[in-house]
Formats: sequence, structure tokens, C-alpha cells
Amino acid sequence: MTAIAGAESDIGHTAAAPRGPRDLRSRRRRHRFIVHLWQVGILVVVIGGWQLFVGSDSTKIILYGVPNGIVAQLITWLTQGTALGPLWLQIVVTLEEALIGFVIGSALGIVFGIALGRVHYLAEILGPFIKVLNSIPRIVLGAVFVLALGLGIESKVLLVIVLVFFGVFFNAFQGVREVDRNFIANATILGASSWEVTWHVVLPSAFTWIIASLHVSFGFALIGAIVGEFLGAQQGLGYLIRQSQGTFNANGVWAAMLILGIVALIAEYLIGKLENRLLRWRPPQLGGLDPQGSGL
Amino acid sequence: MSESSPRLFETRLTDVEPAIELRSVTKQFTTPDGSAYTAIKEMDLRVEPGEFCAIVGPTGCGKSTSLTLISGLERPTAGTVEVHGQVVKSITPGVGFMFQTDAILPWKSVLDNVAMGPRFRGTDRRAAETRAKDWIRRVGLAGFEDRFPHQLSGGMRKRVALAQSLINEPGILLMDEPFSALDVQTRAIMSNELLTLWDDTRPAVVFVTHDLEEAIALADKVVVMTAGPGGTVKATFDIDLPRPRVVQEIRFQQRFVDLYQQIWEALRSEVDIAYSQTTRANGKVA
Repeated sequence: MTAIAGAESDIGHTAAAPRGPRDLRSRRRRHRFIVHLWQVGILVVVIGGWQLFVGSDSTKIILYGVPNGIVAQLITWLTQGTALGPLWLQIVVTLEEALIGFVIGSALGIVFGIALGRVHYLAEILGPFIKVLNSIPRIVLGAVFVLALGLGIESKVLLVIVLVFFGVFFNAFQGVREVDRNFIANATILGASSWEVTWHVVLPSAFTWIIASLHVSFGFALIGAIVGEFLGAQQGLGYLIRQSQGTFNANGVWAAMLILGIVALIAEYLIGKLENRLLRWRPPQLGGLDPQGSGL
Repeated sequence: MSESSPRLFETRLTDVEPAIELRSVTKQFTTPDGSAYTAIKEMDLRVEPGEFCAIVGPTGCGKSTSLTLISGLERPTAGTVEVHGQVVKSITPGVGFMFQTDAILPWKSVLDNVAMGPRFRGTDRRAAETRAKDWIRRVGLAGFEDRFPHQLSGGMRKRVALAQSLINEPGILLMDEPFSALDVQTRAIMSNELLTLWDDTRPAVVFVTHDLEEAIALADKVVVMTAGPGGTVKATFDIDLPRPRVVQEIRFQQRFVDLYQQIWEALRSEVDIAYSQTTRANGKVA
């Protein structure tokens, strides 16, 4: 009897419950509103302070740039084009370099990481070389590439590949090492060849690691493309920045940076989408990062 | 060697080729500090085709090692392992293996997991999936084909693993404490289902467990191992309980109780030795 009474009082509880979730939802909404209010406040203080500090002092405008000047610069670029040609062309050129290099660099990183992770003999032979190469400040190689390959797209793509490769490589390598031994034993007993084990077991398992590195690597890809253009180019956002710098146009530098930031955020969002698609087998609490939560 | 009851003459004939035969098998591993650890020492074991053999023994006696040797995942340091008369040199064909932890692939759906065996053995996709669907139904998971493992309960994942192993119609099924992670009720249900499925296809089974009750309830033959390191077969007992058995109820039979007492007699001293070793390792003098 007591058990039934207990059950009834439980039901009574759930009948009264609906107020709970609604309360919770409105509290969460209020919480989010306050967070956004703070964020807007910080932006207003920083940008407003900057605007007030620089004002209309022309020396300061040249040195630091000014928010309303940056907006004006963006509008000019959008409507009349840049000194190098239309703005979209600069964005496309930089994105093209970054994307081609990113794809080739990550593909090479994945292939080498998995090959060296699977074949210990290879890891023993090539390991020291990779460690040495990784310890070089690779961004400097950009200068060599521009000298060797000229001002075109090749030198930038190569620099991007070099920057992207190592991050992806080490993650893929580690991912292979972390594969559950039981998964491999199970697949082997079920009849999988070494190649099938790699394809069906090792690669999907390592993908959690690889995807994590792709987030960081796309940032590197953009940096590589920009630095490459900085070192010598005829087009692209990096060259636009350098050109603005050369003409004492701080507003131009800031405006180009703003565009880059937006491009990076969009890329981050797309990689997050890809991650959720590729890793949809994971339990939701471990599922992909909130793409809005992790900016570059 | 104490045998609880004489076996039937027919199964004793040596000209019947055993499914599994270990002859004075020793397996040593190299520990990280460079010394050798003997997991099993001069172990002899013979399992007939279609026989359900359970191996019990205290922790660290080399029960699981014997399974990796039979499956071909590891090679013995000395002695020979033969399966169907062939010396095991690489992964043994015609063997199924159920692991203690989940070994089904979390990134493949139930259907793809079960279809893996036939796919790896060269069956085309459609035929493999048809067979996989049949096995998913036989282990009672019809309707769950598209789920990922994380969406299933522990017992359901074990069913997937069972279907995954049995779809290859193995002549030998090796099971390494497969149900130890399940709760008691689910475990009993799974044990019953295992017996039903085993009866359909009749592979020779080697079932490793800590649990003597489980061993007696399932097996035709219970092998007791000595405490490790260097575990070996201490005694073999024939279980003459009638089949079909209901795992939850068989333990109430007098014959079950008698067998339990007999085997426990052999097992107890080994458990004591293993326990005193672990307590000594913890710095206490036993």
C-alpha cells in the first residue's frame, strides 16, 4: 500500500511539474540576454574608446586607423574595388591558395600519419626527419618558396601545405596509436586484411583526432596564404594588407583583417558541419564542438 | 586429474580429430622492464568438435592467453596449438571470438557491424546484408539494423557481437568472459540465448570465466586452471547435466550442487594462492 501511495504522490509531482521547465526556459533566456548585453557593452567600449581616442587627428588615423574610417574603407572597396582590382577577386585568390594548400596538406598529413602509425618500420626510418623538419620555424620557408617559385599561386600553396601538414600528421599518427587493440583483433579475426583493418578500423577511429587538427589547420592555411602574399605577390588579401601598409593606410589593414576574420569564422562553421557529419556515430554528449562556440 | 564421471567411449576415441588441441603449450611475454613473464606453462587441452568447454581459474592464470593462442592472435613460446589438425601459424580461419569489452565498431551501424565478416571474406554487399539481417533477427535485434552501438544497451551490444561472430559460421567460438559486464538478469538471458544459438550451429566453444556457476550451467566440460604466473590445467570435470538447460533454474538441481562442490574443491586452493599473491603485492604479508 505504501508503495502505491508513493507512486501516486510521484504522479502528483509530475502533474505539477510543467511549471518547472517553463520557468527554467525563461530563466535561461534571461541569462543569455544578459550575456549578450555584456558582449555588446564590451564592443561599444572598445570601439567607442578607439574612436574617441583617435578622433579626427590625422596623424593618429595614419598610425592606428579609426573605426569609422575602416567602415568607409570597406564600403569603398566594395563599391569601387581596391587598387589591385575588385575586392572579391582578392578574397578568391587568397581563399584559393589557402584551400588548395589545406586540402593537399591535410591529405598528405593523413596519409603519412596513418602509414607511419601502422608501419613501425617506416616510423623508425622517417621519424627523426619529421622531428627535425617540425622544429624549423616553417613560416620562414615562405621566403625561399617565393624566391624559387615566383609571385604566383604555387609559392603560397606550398607554404600552406608545409604549415598544414605537420599538425594533421601528428594528430593522425597519434590517432592511429590510440586505436583500441580489441577493435583491430576483432576485425582481424572476422577476416579483415591489413588494408581492410586500416580502412574500416584505424581510419575512422583516428578521425576524431584528425578532425580536431583540421580546425587549427585551417587557421594555419589562412596564415600561410597571407604571409606568402605578404612576402611577394600580385594579388590577394595579404598583398592588399601590405599595399595598405605601404601607403600608410591603417584603415585598409584593419579592413582586410576584418574580412579575413569573417572568412575564418565561415570556414570554422563549415568544418564543424563536416565534423558532425563524419562523426555522427558518436554519442551526442561527445558530439562535435558547438561551431559558434569555437572561433579561430 | 580427477574426472567426475567417465565419458562416453565414443568421444574418447583418439581417431576423432579434436577441434582444438594444445600440447604442452608455454607462452611467455616480455614485460616493459625486459624480464619474461610466463602466462601459461606446459598446458594441455583438448576440445572435441561441438563441445562446450568452460575454463575457470583465478585472476591472472592465463585463461585469456589460451584463447589468443587458439585464435592465432599470439604464437606460443613452446609447444603446439592445433585447430582441426592444423598447426596454428596465423589467424585461425573458422574461428569466432567474443571479447570481454565491446569490440563491435562504434562508427558502424548494427547492420554494417554484423555484415563485416562476410564482407571481409569476399561476399558482395547485398548478399552479406541479407545474411546479416537474418542473424540480427536470430539474436533478437530485428528493427535495430540502423542503430549505432552507443544507442544500444550493454546486452544488445553483446547480441550484436554474438551475431557478428556467428555469421561466419565458425567451427570454433572463443569467448573471453563475454557477459561479465552485464547485470545478473541480462547475463542469464544472454546465457540461455547463447545455448540456443550454439545448439543450432554446434561450434566447439571455449568459454573463459571467473564464475564457476556460469561455467557449470553452460558447459559440457569445465577445466580448472592453476594460479598464475605459469598457469596450467589442474583438473577437468565432465558436466553431465541434461540439455536443453535453463540457466536460471539449473542451479537448484542436486547434481548441479554436487558438481559445484567438487569443482570448487579444486578451484579454492588456486583462488587462495592467487589472492595471497595479490595481497603480498600490495605490501601486506599474507
